This record gives sequence, C-alpha cells and structure tokens, in this order.
Amino acid sequence: MIASDRLPLLLVPVLALVALPLVGSMPTWVTLTVAGLAMGMIIFIIASGLTLVFGLMDVLNFGHGVFIALGAFVAVSVLAPMGGLTGSASMAANLVAVGAAMLVAMAVAGAIGYVFERLIVRPVYGQHLKQILITMGGMIIGEELIKVIWGPDQIPLPLPEGLRGSYLLGEAAVEKYRVIAVVVGLAVFLAMVFVLNRTKIGLLIRAGVQDREMVESLGYRIRRLFVGVFVAGSALAGLGGVMWGLYQQNVIPQMGAQVNILIFIVIIIGGLGSAGGCFVGALLVGLMANYTGFLAPKVALFSNILLMVAILLWRPQGLYPVAKR
Amino acid sequence: MIRSLLSADYPRSRLVAAILLAIVVALALAPFLFPGARSLAVAAKILVFVLLVASYDLLLGYTGIVSFAHTMFFGIGAYGVAIASTRMGPGWDAVALGLACALPLSALLALVIGLFSLRVKAIFFAMITLAVAAAFQTLASQLSEFTGGEDGLTFKVPALLQPSFELFEDTVLGVSIDGRLLSYYLLFVVVLALFLVLLRIVNSPFGRVLQAIRENDFRAEALGYRTVVYRTLSTVLAAVFATMAGALLAIWLRYNGPDTTLSFEIMLDTLLIVVIGGMGTMYGAVIGSALFVFAQSYLQDLMGWISAGFEGVPLVAALFSPDRWLLWLGVLFVLSVYYFPTGVVGKLRARALARRRP
Amino acid sequence: MSDAPLLTLTGVHTHIGAYHILHGVDLEVPAGRTTMLLGRNGAGKTTTLRTIMGLWTASAGQVRFDGQDITKRATPEIAQAGIAYVPENMGVFADLTVRENMVLAARNARDADAIDAERLRWIFELFPAMKKFWNHPAGLLSGGQKQMLAVSRAIVEPRKLILVDEPTKGLAPSIVRNMLSAFQRLKAAGATILLVEQNFAFARELGDAVAVMDDGRIVHRGAMAELAEDEALQARLLGLSLGAHQ
Repeated sequence: MIASDRLPLLLVPVLALVALPLVGSMPTWVTLTVAGLAMGMIIFIIASGLTLVFGLMDVLNFGHGVFIALGAFVAVSVLAPMGGLTGSASMAANLVAVGAAMLVAMAVAGAIGYVFERLIVRPVYGQHLKQILITMGGMIIGEELIKVIWGPDQIPLPLPEGLRGSYLLGEAAVEKYRVIAVVVGLAVFLAMVFVLNRTKIGLLIRAGVQDREMVESLGYRIRRLFVGVFVAGSALAGLGGVMWGLYQQNVIPQMGAQVNILIFIVIIIGGLGSAGGCFVGALLVGLMANYTGFLAPKVALFSNILLMVAILLWRPQGLYPVAKR
Repeated sequence: MIRSLLSADYPRSRLVAAILLAIVVALALAPFLFPGARSLAVAAKILVFVLLVASYDLLLGYTGIVSFAHTMFFGIGAYGVAIASTRMGPGWDAVALGLACALPLSALLALVIGLFSLRVKAIFFAMITLAVAAAFQTLASQLSEFTGGEDGLTFKVPALLQPSFELFEDTVLGVSIDGRLLSYYLLFVVVLALFLVLLRIVNSPFGRVLQAIRENDFRAEALGYRTVVYRTLSTVLAAVFATMAGALLAIWLRYNGPDTTLSFEIMLDTLLIVVIGGMGTMYGAVIGSALFVFAQSYLQDLMGWISAGFEGVPLVAALFSPDRWLLWLGVLFVLSVYYFPTGVVGKLRARALARRRP
Repeated sequence: MSDAPLLTLTGVHTHIGAYHILHGVDLEVPAGRTTMLLGRNGAGKTTTLRTIMGLWTASAGQVRFDGQDITKRATPEIAQAGIAYVPENMGVFADLTVRENMVLAARNARDADAIDAERLRWIFELFPAMKKFWNHPAGLLSGGQKQMLAVSRAIVEPRKLILVDEPTKGLAPSIVRNMLSAFQRLKAAGATILLVEQNFAFARELGDAVAVMDDGRIVHRGAMAELAEDEALQARLLGLSLGAHQ
C-alpha cells in the first residue's frame, strides 16, 4: 500500500458518519460502532494471514476457516478446567485465562497449519483449480475431525465473569469485551505494520508479494518464508477463532465455513495481498454488519455483498491492489 | 444409430462401457430389480445427481469455470415447481408454470454471473460465487411467505404421479404400477434425454471451442472466437440443465426446502462427484453419481456397524460413526485430486489406451 | 586476472512448456571481461540468461559457474553463489522505496546503515538519481531511473558475475550514454559481465567478447573488435549495419 494513497482509509469514518442519522440515537450508534469495530478487528486478525499467503505465493486457501474453528474449540478445552480464573471477578485473572487459551489456540492452529501446508497445499503450488478443490477438501476433513474430537453439537463459550458487562460512555453502553477486542486487534495490526515495515523479513514479504521471482533472484529462499507466513496466518486465524467464539459466546464446528464467506469478502474488498487493505476492508465489513443488523437484519449478508460490489466497481482489484510486475 | 445417439463420444474403454451399461440397465429396471421404497429413492437420487453433475461438468470440466453457485440454479428449479404447485394446486399446469418461471430466471442469473466472471480473475470469481450462494440460501429461508422459509414447501404433484394413483389394477412382475413408479420413469426418461443432449452439446463445434477456450483462452481469442459469448452461453446452458434437475427432484420428493437443494453440502457433493468421476468426460457424472449415492446410502450402514464394534473406544468410535460419512468422502476427494485428477473415467480410459498401444 | 571462463554453458537445451527454445547453447564467459550476447528478437537471449539463473531449468546440457555445476540448482542458491541478475523488466519493487530495494539487494545488510558506505558512495556517483530519490517509492521513478536502480542493486555488494538483459531498451539517448559510462566504470573495476543487447553501438563500446545467437544457438563467437570491423558479417548476423542504429 503506497503511503500516499489514503483515500480508502476515509471510507471507514464515512460509513460510520452515514450510519449516524440512519440509526438515529447517538448512544445506540456508539454501541453499534464499537461492536462493528470489534467485529472488524477480529475479522482482520483472521483474514490478514490469508491475504498475505495469497499475495506471496499465489495460494488461496479455501480451507482457512478450519483454523478459526480449531482455535475456538481449543479455547473451549483450555478454559474448561480454569473455572477458578474465569469465575473470578478480577479482570486480571480473567485475562490470564483468556490469554492462556489464546496462546494454546495459536500454537495448535499454527502446528496444524504447518501440517496443512506440507500435506495439502505444497503439492499443488501454481495450480489454482486444484488448490481450490484441495483446500476445500481439507476444510471438510478438518471440520469433520473437529466433530469427531469435540462432538457435532454447539458448545457454549461463556465470557469470564470480569469481562462481562459494559462500560458507560455517557448514555452509551459499550461492552467490555468488545473494547478488549478492539485493543487486541489494534495491537496485532500495529505489530504487523512494524514487522512488515521495519524488519528485513517484512521487507521480503512485501517484495515477494510483488515479484516472487525477483526476490529469489536476489538470493532469498522465499519458499521457506512462505511456510512461515502460512503458519503465522493459521495461528492468527486460531487467535481470531478464540475471539470470535467469545464474541458469539458459543462455538460450532461449522463456524469456520460461516466466517469463511465474510473473510473472502474482506480480502476481495481490501485487495488480494494487501494487509492494509485487509484492515480497512475488515473494519468496513464489521461496521456494515452491525449497522444493518440493527437497521434491517434480513439484509445483513447482502449488505456486505453490495459493499463488495460497490467497491469493485470503484476499484476492480480492491482498495489496495498489490502492484505486480 | 449408437454413434448418433452418443454423438460419437464413445466410452473409449471396455470397462467404462460395461459399467455404464450396467448402471443404465439397473436404473432402467430399478423398480423391478430392486423393489422397495428405499432402493427406488436411491435410484431416483442417482438420476437427479447425474443430471446435476453433468451440467456442472459442462461448466467446470469443459469450460474450466469454477463456480460455487451452481446449487442456486438447482434450487430455483425445485422452488419453481414447489411454489407453483403450492399456490395453484397440483397439476401439470403448475409444473409447467413453475418451469416457465424458473428456467428464464436461471438463464438470466447465469447470464449476469457469466458476464461478471469474465471481468474478474478466476479466484475472485470462485470466492464471489461462494458468497452469492450463501446469500441466496439465506434469502430463500427468509422469504418465508413465498418459499416456506426454513421448513420448506410440501406440495402435491399431478394426479398421474401421486402415489395413490394406480395405472393398472394388477401388479406387473410383482410391482404395482402406481404414481411412484410413473414418477420414477418420468425422471429416468427426462434425465436420459437431457444427458444425451449434453453429450451432443459438448461434442458439437460449440463444445470443441469451449474446450479450446479452457485450454488457452488467449489463443482462442486470437483465433477469432469471442470467448465472452462462448463462456456466457455455456454458463447459461449449465444453469438451465441444473434447473431441470431441481424441478425433477422437487417432483420426486414432493417437497423442497433451503437445505434440500441450496445447501453447501450439495455443492460439495457435486464437486466431489465431478472430480472423482472425471472432469470433462460427461460419463464421469454417471459413474460418479452412482458410486457416490450408492455409497452414501449403504456405506453409512457399514460405518454404523464398524462404529458399534468400537463402542467403548472414544475417538475411534466417533471416527467411524455414520454421521462422519463426509470425513471419509473428504479424504477420498483429496486423494483423487492428487492421484486421479482425471477421475475414474479418465483413469480407465488411459489404461485402455495404454493397452491398445503395443 | 586469469582467462579461465567463469561461466560455461555446454550443450544447453531449454524447453518452455512444449516449445523448444534453446537448441544446444555453448557459451563461455571469461572472468574479468564483458561479454555481449547479441541477436535478433526471439533468438533466445533472455531464455539463456534465465536458464543460467535457474528461473528456467535446462532440459539438457550443463551450466558451470566458478567451478561448480549449477544446472539443476534453485535460483536463490545460484544467486548466492555470486551471480547478480538485472532482468529485462528490471524487476524493481514498485511499492518499496529505493532504499528498501537496495537493502533487499544487499543480502548481508539488515538495514540501510549496514550497506557498505564506500560502495554506496560509488553508486551515487554513477547514478545521482538514486541518492535524490532514496526515500521515494520506486514506482515513481522514470524508466531510465528504474533501470539505474536495477543496476545499482546488482552492484551494491560485490558479485562474481553480473547478468544484464537489455539495459538500454526504451531509454533516451542521453540516459543511454549515462548507462554506458556507468558500465565502463564497472568494467574498469574488474567486473565480469554478460550483457544482452540489441543496441549494437552500445554493445560495441562495451564488449570485449561477443556471442551472437539465432534460433536458440550461438552462431558466432569471437572478439568484439573483429565484429566491429566486419560490416558484412554484422549485416548477416544482425540484420543491420553499424551506422544505422544509435
């Protein structure tokens, strides 16, 4: 994303402002906006790995959703024996428990991501049709295995005591958990921006997204980097899964497939390969889902598709298309 | 005559021909060979899938377009018949009206989607069709006054096809010629006819250009073929055949709901069958569908039996639970994408070819 | 410096898909000299460079570099063996700044400060535009400046062999002169260069040795001085005469 092109960034505040008169009441708008931003942040965390993997190695993982579900279910198992910490009203204790769940979920998702890359993705580099088919197959297998291990039913994932409830901003009630989600999301985003812009590895990723061949010609084994990005992306999806599960307060094996659609919309809006575009796209989708969920619930999913179409009409390759050779 | 019937697209392998013949005969004589409601239901399901998968093969195998929205057209056909029969009361006029509405709607949607597919990259397109299909399914369950919502629509079929109807008083070869039987043969005849039409299409000059475009669209364009026109036409045709399959399914089930035709699982099943059977062969749809539906119905029994055997063992019992049918299918699917990319038909044809060469 | 060839291609064939592009290329690039690879469009010059670099794998034959067989090696390893590549499309990373492009090219440098200061000063002397646009995205540079960046990347660290593909393509005459003097200074510093060119005047100024390709084969090899004298030979091999092309 060329730093000079800031126009798409404006879309987020514009959308928020457009929604204000439609929603009518300021306090409700504040609640919805925070909810939307929180949802957007979680989606960003999940989708960022997917878009970088695609930009870097031209591999589209239709099965990315499986890491989301995996992360969420692992969190359920990790939090189950932690009743002491989650039952406590102390936010610190809660965060320790949730933090532990996040770390374990990320580790497991990352490890499975490695296996996924070796077994399923690596043999079909460069063959888009097969990739689509195989990664989809991988997701089916993953979802079914989750059902084998945890059972096919919905499992509740309640928020720890201290994280429930809302803060009051004037008249607006803002859920505590959502604020935390926004904070975590921002932290991940900033970490990503730092790595991408201030480290050599980040440089390699940004260059590789544009011209893989040239990076290899400069002497870098970009394949290894790719595995690393794939694993990181899967770990992030796992983290996102934990957060999504807590957001919904339950987990089901199909949640991966459900969120898949949203993340595809987000990375198309953002531009395949662009982390910055993914960030903007995720916020837009999150806000849109919450505003329409309030204003016209029946059209919620459509509204995001309409948003995607509108943006594609403006910029057919997404908000920040990566300049490929 | 065979040449003209099959449009000169022969099985090209004795084994494939034998299997095909066996399947066609079994389906033709199903009510008599395998009496019983369950086996007839399996046979009917095979017929519907053959048409659905063959239409998808036209899109994916012959034109090279990956779309996840194919079940949309399947659903439109089913809902067309269902809604018309519910509103107008049962009868051939309801079926006709349902089709008259569903077919143009599918064609129009396919036109829009087809034109859109040409403006964006293949991966984009695949993702977008995924989103559109999901949205359509949500739409169908939400427009409850129209579509019956989550519960779907149960309706009556024309008198001739109703189970209570009997053509003859006595049974023929031990089977009563009732509406169920007639429904079955309606499906059989229509599917057979439409399949042969599809064979004709893919073996016509139009079909050959499609394949050329699939291989290398720049070159086809350079040779003077307007790829836009061909690909759009192919998308529309595929949609229309899928719509017919949907209508047939609705007539057979006398019911339709969002999960019957629009579910992602059906899209996946179609994808699995077309890959396992063999993309770009048409016959792959026949063999694949038979294999798939048969296994789905009867393999689950086997799995249930195995699972019971491992009663106490926690994970293993769950692995073989008949509900986890999809797991093994998924594994088979992944394996066939790697090891038989040309599917069963392609593999058998290659072997036959290798044997012919000294 | 010894005259042993640094790079040797023996009977190299390359297929791209179904197309047989290189039909047995035999080529020697002596160390410390500049070798020109000339030929008509479609003769296989770019394919030869890409094959050396491992971007395309030779289907037959051998490529030896600095005493090692690099025929089947992967591109990153070939680059690490000491070969720098300046492709026809320059391969400049448009979204990255000039500085970032250079940091990438300097494998041993973690960031811009770690690049050898002496070297960098030399590059800025050759191409002042690089200093001027140091913190600007490379996509904003003009064609000629991008070409300079591509060459700068190839020399930011010492490399044993530099492969260059049509450095003057599409450039204005003044920039071409600039490029020529930069390469001459490179030569003077002892670099080994294999350069593909269509601009014969440029090639003549720079080349010590020359190899001419046609239809995927080397059809002539020898000293540049000889070819420069022999207009009839030029016309036959390259379809042009010296005076016509500038």
